[in-house]
Amino acid sequence: MSDVAPTLELRGISKAFGPVQALSEVDFEVRDGEVMALVGDNGAGKSTLIKCVAGIYGIDAGEVFFEGKPVSIHGAKDAGRLGIEVVYQDLALCDNLDVVQNMYLGREVHDFLQRLQEPEMEQKTAETLKSLAVTTIRSIKYQVASLSGGQRQSVAVARAVMWNSRVVILDEPTAALGVAQTRQVLDLVKRLAQQGLAVVLISHNLHDIFEVATRITVLRLGRNVGVFEREQTTQRAIVEAITAGVPTQVAGIAEPEPASA
Amino acid sequence: MTSGELETPEVEPQRPQREGLVAIVGGYFERLRGGEVGILPVLFGLGVITLYFYSKNPNYVTAVNFNNVVVQMAGVSIIAMGVVFVLLLGEIDLSVGYVSGIGGVTVALLQQPEKSYQVGGLIAILIAVSVGAAIGAFQGSFVALIGVPSFVVTLAGLLAWQGVVQKAIGDQGVITIQSDTINNVANYSLPANWGWRLATVAAVGYALTVLLSVFSRRRARVTAQHPLLLVLKVIAIAALAFLVVRVSNRAGGVPFAGVLVVALLIFWTYIARRTTFGRHVYAVGGNAEAARRAGISVKRIRIVVFMISSAMAALGGVVFAARLTSVDLNAGGGTILLDAISAAVIGGTSLFGGRGNVRDAVVGALLISAIANGIDLVGYTSATRFIVTGIILLAAVTLDTVLRRRQAAAGR
Repeated sequence: MSDVAPTLELRGISKAFGPVQALSEVDFEVRDGEVMALVGDNGAGKSTLIKCVAGIYGIDAGEVFFEGKPVSIHGAKDAGRLGIEVVYQDLALCDNLDVVQNMYLGREVHDFLQRLQEPEMEQKTAETLKSLAVTTIRSIKYQVASLSGGQRQSVAVARAVMWNSRVVILDEPTAALGVAQTRQVLDLVKRLAQQGLAVVLISHNLHDIFEVATRITVLRLGRNVGVFEREQTTQRAIVEAITAGVPTQVAGIAEPEPASA
Repeated sequence: MTSGELETPEVEPQRPQREGLVAIVGGYFERLRGGEVGILPVLFGLGVITLYFYSKNPNYVTAVNFNNVVVQMAGVSIIAMGVVFVLLLGEIDLSVGYVSGIGGVTVALLQQPEKSYQVGGLIAILIAVSVGAAIGAFQGSFVALIGVPSFVVTLAGLLAWQGVVQKAIGDQGVITIQSDTINNVANYSLPANWGWRLATVAAVGYALTVLLSVFSRRRARVTAQHPLLLVLKVIAIAALAFLVVRVSNRAGGVPFAGVLVVALLIFWTYIARRTTFGRHVYAVGGNAEAARRAGISVKRIRIVVFMISSAMAALGGVVFAARLTSVDLNAGGGTILLDAISAAVIGGTSLFGGRGNVRDAVVGALLISAIANGIDLVGYTSATRFIVTGIILLAAVTLDTVLRRRQAAAGR
């Protein structure tokens, strides 16, 4: 790989919930302009890893580096300050608000009297959607309740990238979508990487992953069992890693743990 | 942004706003079919009620009776405005009735001339509103910080504050209000020329607001509403203001209580629609978890909303007390609670949270008061009034439920 430090790098992250070891010394990295897919079976620790990065969970052990510098993330605000944005599966949109209002949720532009500056917000929203080539939303004044699943996903992603973010983490963005809408969202994911962002894509759909990912990190039972270059691997190899992978990269592991979630 | 002059908030270059009146009317009917009916059902109801009572007793449509209805609806409108905020969160406040009683009792106690703690009328009103806000902070804390359902917290409030009202009034059974300042809240009417001045200020103020908004939108190069539509809106508001003053002036002038309601309506509409706080209230009502993740302090919003509700209830209680120029053991009782919640809901505020406007409180209260007034005038008993109000409430909530489904179906 290049000499430039990864945008986000995790080294030896461990996290336990009581007796359950959710993550054991996981290494992970993502670089600017790439889509790093994060795959693994249910309970492999994908969501836990993401929540550690987002500051929702604290980590028990390990280090986090942002652009080569060690950082500590203690809450969602820390993550936001670094430019790490997570689009969760449920999107966290307010149905009763329109697109602009959702894009600026909690970060409304206002003057010293707390008055909302609507024209400015509308303008920036239109620009952001345009820059991401989101053309399926007819009006940014429509309530989110009226949008399709793909459009909602686009709004949630656009919201994540609007704030000068560096790392965008997408949790199962295509899970509930039809064919055409999946297409829209995958195109959007590619464009994010083209714009130079570091994108982390969590998905169960290997077809989607092979279409957009640059590299693929496979988790199994809370361990990193391999990082694959998309160009040099096959779906079969990934499936094998997901179901029967053995940690190879983590030092000091003598044998894989017996199957216990 | 390549095409400099085509910048519109429409992501697809569609500009229905620019196609003149036909498009405006067309878009309006499209929204109607989609279930966004606004206050149309209430206006329809008002029309039907007016015609019915007018046919029974022509005195129903007179300047004197118009002013009567305005004063009658003032207290309920003010309380219902606070209720709208609570409903926007998807919560309920059952304590507003007796908290309004607390407001009335507070001003009544504080203005007693023979007491050492007597204060001026205005200060007494301010203290009453502050007491209301404190009650709201107390009740809201249980809801927001501990997570006790608001239904239960405010049900407890309903019982407890009733007791407090009775204890505060004590053996006297009734406290007469002698402070003119307080009594004038419900009984003073503006001189005719002041009415005209207010109407002028309202019309010019509204026109200026619209104009400023158009300029700031032009500057940001986002589309504004069609100029013709804006002009029509300004004309309609101005005409309404002058018409109301003209009618009221025929029967002694515009009641101060009406001016108070309009001022509060403008103030709270501004807070709800134009400030970050208001936006956050809608966000919490729409999806509390999303709001929390977006960094909005959901707890703070909840507590402040309950404070608004109780403070407005106390102010409404002052209006009720002023109207009777006294408070008795029954202060805050009767149908105040149910009228206030019904007013908000009949006006169109959803019980499910996230949808509604402050104006719903006023139009709903207008409808309820118009019915109550008509039934008194025609000589029906209050039994009829309860039945009719109940039917209208049920119809309003049914309409809301059906419209929600329809909006979902229409993809709005």
